[in-house]
Amino acid sequence: MAVAVQGAPSTGGRDREPRPGLATRVKRSYSTYWYAYAMAAPVVLVLGVLVGYPLARGVYLTLTDATSLNTGHTVGVNHIPDTFKFVGLHNYADVLWGDSSYDRFWSHFIWTIAWTVICVTLTYGLGLAMALLMHQKLRGRTAYRLLLILPWAVPTFVTVFSWRLLLADNGMVNVLLGSLHLPQPSWLEDPLAQKAAAILVNTWCGVPFMMVSLLGGLQSIPAELYEAAEMDGASPWQRFRFVTLPGLRAVSSTVILLGVIWTFNQFVIIFLLFGQNAPDVQILVTWAYQLGFGQQPRDYAQSASYGIILLSILIVFTAFYQRWLKRNDQGVI
Amino acid sequence: MSTTDLPAKAAAPRARVRGRGETSRTAAVLSHGALILASLVAVLPVLYLFFIALGPDKMDYLHPGGIFAKATLSNFGFVLGHTDFFKWLGASLIVAGGTTVLGVMIAASTGYAVSRMRFPGLRPLMWSLLITQMFPVAVLMVPLYYLLAELNLLDSYLGLILVYCTTAVPYSAWLLKGYFDTIPVEIDEAGRVDGLTPFGTFWRLILPLARPGLAVAAFYTFLTAWAEVPFASTFMSADHATLAVGLTSFVSQYESQWNLMAATSVLIAIPVSVVFYLVQKHLVTGLTAGAAKS
Repeated sequence: MAVAVQGAPSTGGRDREPRPGLATRVKRSYSTYWYAYAMAAPVVLVLGVLVGYPLARGVYLTLTDATSLNTGHTVGVNHIPDTFKFVGLHNYADVLWGDSSYDRFWSHFIWTIAWTVICVTLTYGLGLAMALLMHQKLRGRTAYRLLLILPWAVPTFVTVFSWRLLLADNGMVNVLLGSLHLPQPSWLEDPLAQKAAAILVNTWCGVPFMMVSLLGGLQSIPAELYEAAEMDGASPWQRFRFVTLPGLRAVSSTVILLGVIWTFNQFVIIFLLFGQNAPDVQILVTWAYQLGFGQQPRDYAQSASYGIILLSILIVFTAFYQRWLKRNDQGVI
Repeated sequence: MSTTDLPAKAAAPRARVRGRGETSRTAAVLSHGALILASLVAVLPVLYLFFIALGPDKMDYLHPGGIFAKATLSNFGFVLGHTDFFKWLGASLIVAGGTTVLGVMIAASTGYAVSRMRFPGLRPLMWSLLITQMFPVAVLMVPLYYLLAELNLLDSYLGLILVYCTTAVPYSAWLLKGYFDTIPVEIDEAGRVDGLTPFGTFWRLILPLARPGLAVAAFYTFLTAWAEVPFASTFMSADHATLAVGLTSFVSQYESQWNLMAATSVLIAIPVSVVFYLVQKHLVTGLTAGAAKS
């Protein structure tokens, strides 16, 4: 999906101008702050009410044993009040090291990590390769660009559905494989093939974003750098290694961070590709949804606990990633 | 080498002088080969969908070869004439359009504030925009459901629009911040000298200049709302179903009528693709505006 790919950030303390006197500063800052807060208010309001409040409530739910059986609801004119009770950190303990925690949490956790790493590596690698190809002076570049970004233009639920037809037992993919005398796995049934299929579809959906972002990054690298490198006798590989990659660092750090966040939380592809009857291929997000909405009774507390754990993993990852980038002087924020 | 960037260079005989960015014949052939293959892979699933949609029978997808003999547009006719397609389309247009207008307005003003103004709370705000992207649907779904119920916004377009704003606005605000960063601050200063308020500067000078960025943000927001499934299917009743939800109803309601699903999918994909191709010229610049400056 589209997102800001930012270069050197202008926030933070790096590029502060010399400060004027205190009185001017206060006077000036008052008017500036006032406008800044007024302009940021809508986003704070929307996010505060529709994200902050549900999040707080979600955290609260993780501390209870709420399910659809004991949560308050209205039947006709009768309102049945909440009857769930406070259980402290029991849910987290149960998820992380309770009975069969491996089958319920850790197996999905390992697959989620593998899924994220493989998908992000593939989309980034292929996106970079495509961007490099498109960056040459080739005939028909516009036509290629139009065709190559098509996967991005078509809504995901539509493309997933089309992949379901392609990957069906005697769908086109298997027909092709058969004509090449290769094995024809049951993409939508066999656990290992399911995982491969999920990665394939997610990569197919994700490459255009990477390609377009990295293409923009490539176009922003000054041509003089390449000329200078060529003058100095750098080989194409050296030019790629010492001019292109450093020039792409700002864009890369952003798209990789977003790629990780999006892939980790990718819901639609797995949910729609396999429905809910493929336990092995569920990543943590779809598994949490399954607990909260896909079974009876709906286990709200467990589902919310998964959600909070997922969020924590991503926040920890981002914090480390930011730190690592900052050490290389390349923060995203 | 100093003439490499001149367009006239392309017309120069390639064999003799080859500038940077021009490729040898072998490399060009290989590049074309790779790009053609990639384009095929990119287009194939969508074309296949269209092809399946031409088969009149619901089991035709199992024997795609047979479709050639009896291809017909009857599925499209049936979907347009005998299903709730237009009702779903209307709902999707209201929700996606509303999200786009509201979301881009909010995101633009936030993006401008974080791009131009230094204020206490700036970094926490940027962080919360980033962290909002990390929320898994599963955490928010249940609490949001109750919140919307309390606000009486369940099964209403406004409720869904607000929910979509929470996912679309943070991205768009980030994107627009990057774009605003590329607009010279001198323009703001000139506006201020001429007596405009910060908001006036934003509205009358910066927004018109940021049109490509706004186009990308609007497109992104539209696409998010257009293609969202879990919230729409949980919060909306059949009366207000969007296209994404309506499409899935073919599975239960009509016992997996894949031909109709395929036809509906094609009909859904067309308007977005049109919007996409209208804004695609701006995509590269809009997406990477911030990077261009570094």
